[in-house]
Amino acid sequence: MSPPTHPFLPTGAFSRFRFSFSPWSVALFGVALAVALPILIVLGHVVVPTQGIWEHLASTVLPRYLVNTLWLTVGVGLGTLVLGAGCAWLVVMCRFPGKRVFEWALLLPLAVPTYVIAYAYTDFFQVAGPFQSALRAWFDWQYGDYYFPNIRSLGGAATLITFVLYPYVYLLARASFLEQSVGMLDVGRTLGRGPWRLFFSVALPLSRPALVGGVALALMETLNEFGAVQFFGVDTFTTGIYRTWFGLGEPVAAAQLAACLLSFVIVLVLLEQFSRGKRRYFHASSRYQALPEYALTGPRAVAAALACFVPVFIGFLLPSGILLELALRQGDALLGTRFLRFALNSLGLASIAALIAVALAVVLSYSVRLNDTPAARLFTRVAAMGYAIPGSVVAVGILIPFAWLDSTLNTWLHARYGVIVGLVFSGTAFILVYAYVVRFLAVSFNAVEASLGKVTPSMDAASRTLGHSAGSTLKRVHTPLMRSSLFAAGILVFVDVMKELPATMILRPFNFDTLAVRAHSLASDERLAEASTASLAIVLVGIVPVILLSLAMRRAKPSRDTEK
Amino acid sequence: MKQAPVALAVSAALFSASALADQVNIYSARHYDSDEILYKAFTDETGIEVNVLEGDSDQLIQRMQREGIASPADVMLTVDAGRLWRAEEDGLFQSVDSEVLNERLPETMRHPDGMWFGFSQRARVIFYNPENVDPSEIDTYEALAEPGLEGRVCIRSSNNIYNQSLLASLIEHDGAENAEAWAQGVVNNMARDPEGGDTDQILGVASGECDVAVANHYYYTRLLNSDNDAEREAAERVEILFPNQDDRGTHINVGGAGLVANAQNPENGIRFLEFLASNEAQEILAERNYEFPVVDGVAKDPLLDSWGDFKRDDINMSLLGENNPEAVRIFDRVGWR
Repeated sequence: MSPPTHPFLPTGAFSRFRFSFSPWSVALFGVALAVALPILIVLGHVVVPTQGIWEHLASTVLPRYLVNTLWLTVGVGLGTLVLGAGCAWLVVMCRFPGKRVFEWALLLPLAVPTYVIAYAYTDFFQVAGPFQSALRAWFDWQYGDYYFPNIRSLGGAATLITFVLYPYVYLLARASFLEQSVGMLDVGRTLGRGPWRLFFSVALPLSRPALVGGVALALMETLNEFGAVQFFGVDTFTTGIYRTWFGLGEPVAAAQLAACLLSFVIVLVLLEQFSRGKRRYFHASSRYQALPEYALTGPRAVAAALACFVPVFIGFLLPSGILLELALRQGDALLGTRFLRFALNSLGLASIAALIAVALAVVLSYSVRLNDTPAARLFTRVAAMGYAIPGSVVAVGILIPFAWLDSTLNTWLHARYGVIVGLVFSGTAFILVYAYVVRFLAVSFNAVEASLGKVTPSMDAASRTLGHSAGSTLKRVHTPLMRSSLFAAGILVFVDVMKELPATMILRPFNFDTLAVRAHSLASDERLAEASTASLAIVLVGIVPVILLSLAMRRAKPSRDTEK
Repeated sequence: MKQAPVALAVSAALFSASALADQVNIYSARHYDSDEILYKAFTDETGIEVNVLEGDSDQLIQRMQREGIASPADVMLTVDAGRLWRAEEDGLFQSVDSEVLNERLPETMRHPDGMWFGFSQRARVIFYNPENVDPSEIDTYEALAEPGLEGRVCIRSSNNIYNQSLLASLIEHDGAENAEAWAQGVVNNMARDPEGGDTDQILGVASGECDVAVANHYYYTRLLNSDNDAEREAAERVEILFPNQDDRGTHINVGGAGLVANAQNPENGIRFLEFLASNEAQEILAERNYEFPVVDGVAKDPLLDSWGDFKRDDINMSLLGENNPEAVRIFDRVGWR
């Protein structure tokens, strides 16, 4: 199809925003619109004027929201970058005791939701908790005789969030380090770079897209993190949105705050792209070879092992241990009988949402590949925006249209036939799955897009030349090539859904509780000890996919044996 | 991927609230384990199945408004009078005229038009360390703002509804200006930035972080009855005080419920409300969650009984709701986190 020509416009003026009605582009815009709808509904509130509420917020709490959010972002961003990239480099490039175990164990904190780690550490380290009580008893101190950092603080929140979110960076950094071509490193070595300089001047810059991708995921999780910061009493934008909406009863102002948060994220993304400029990140050779490892010995080996052990310990082992101890001592007696139902609900929702999110991500990224226009790219970006928006805001954005549909339908049926059919649209688990897809599409989309990008376009060309349609090419060429990435994408969404709390709280149907909801309701009733059972269950159920993920990761690793 | 739509349809069918004839649908902002026992007792007695959606009361109100006529809710349960008022303001309740309720509940626990009913009471009280504090120093809420207590008071975040209702009552009794001065005084007296829940404030007194704390009474009872020795010992070092006994009385909040305007099972909803006023339900509330029963003749928990009678602030509960937005703004202005 040749672009339309116009006597007064330069050729190509239309082609930039050309819209061809292939089934793929229709699917692209359909999916993007469906996913973006709740977000757009919330943002639509921005144009509604509010009376004096902004003056009140700006003169009282807004500065605190801003400062806290900023510090939290900076802290978690730096923390996850150092931990994630550092550990990934160690397990990829060095040989030291325990390396094989750390390769996958470093992923385990992914199974621990931020609110769960907050519950566990608070119980353990607070002034009245076992750790400080033991200190006081041991040294015969009174409160005030000694200094102990307060876990319920901005610093505490940033630290704990860092230790459960660094696996996002680790996962992507590790994959990127594994893919680096030996040639690049050899050039670095030939030029006399030692291991440290090699890391900073070659490996890190080359892995920039992966590192940025990982940190961006961690930061977006941080920005819409609710459970832990609320529990710690650290006021951030997200808790502010919640308080403005429900406490002050100002949904419009809350939506405007959400819009601010969103623009903050967009500015971050734009800054990164701007600073990257025209640089591109290719490896000249895609030939994989066993990377030469630095064999560490003596104190260096111990230091490396310790550096990998600390994140696993703080992010996974210690909180699980605290929870286990609490659960055994003062567990949730009622959970036993209902545990299976809660767990099945959690598992069912997470599986369905993961399947759909991956399928949609494939549709989106493949459509962009087929028809790469600025409009298409813009739409996919909009569709992946939900990740940056707090779950409670997404939930209300979904509730507004669906509950309206239900209300309208029932009013009409009632007037006409005198019947009420109840909540057809908003009263089932469908609405929850929808919310999860809106929230987590970005996670699967990023993974799928990256994987699809690695398939050279000549494959498409060859397949199409051989008479296969776009769909058939996707099915027979791309899907098999991307299988492990699709699986990894699905697992990431799965784990995220398992941990999701605010949207689940607002949207779930009758008699429908998940492990996360159970843990939260006990914790909000100040029964941390009893909440430990459900919290531990979330972690346990979450470990299974994380282990699957690490197995997949090992399989996806460029095979060294075959190339020897 | 073909299975996805099928799985979705199946799950939707499984998860949706089934349309059984004999059921009552409850939106509940209560989140206590004793509630399960309560619902089961109701089903055992009446054969009516109970469907529950638990959530934050504001979220539930928001959801009911959106659902309108389609809402499945028959009864809404909540733990704060301000929220009952808000639901009523939004037209979510309908009037109930039940002989059982009129007869069993005292007048103060009934909305004049039967829009909602209170079924249990909780007192927001003061806790102190008897070694460092003379109870006469702190026998009113107002005293918590006195300069003498600088750096010695523990109280939780203003995000909490119980604190919002307490300030709403002070706005009513002392006027908005004095209430703001009070909130400022308490902020000046705080031993630490507000953190944790009510239990943590009581434990703060036990560990020595502060000398005085504000919390609902049943968190203290719960600690005293804890399976955990450390918690029990901590609570035993703390004394309880019912403030304002010489004037208006201690601030009380209610756990209450109303029949939803669009209820599709109104008879079952009323039966559930009546059940909440029964001796059996009142005993469950009193024994399991240590709340004060509101029906005459129902025994209090022995520990609650040992505290004796105390004077309760009989402020019109609706005022707690009306003054709530003002209270939140005052908290924001004085920097009470």
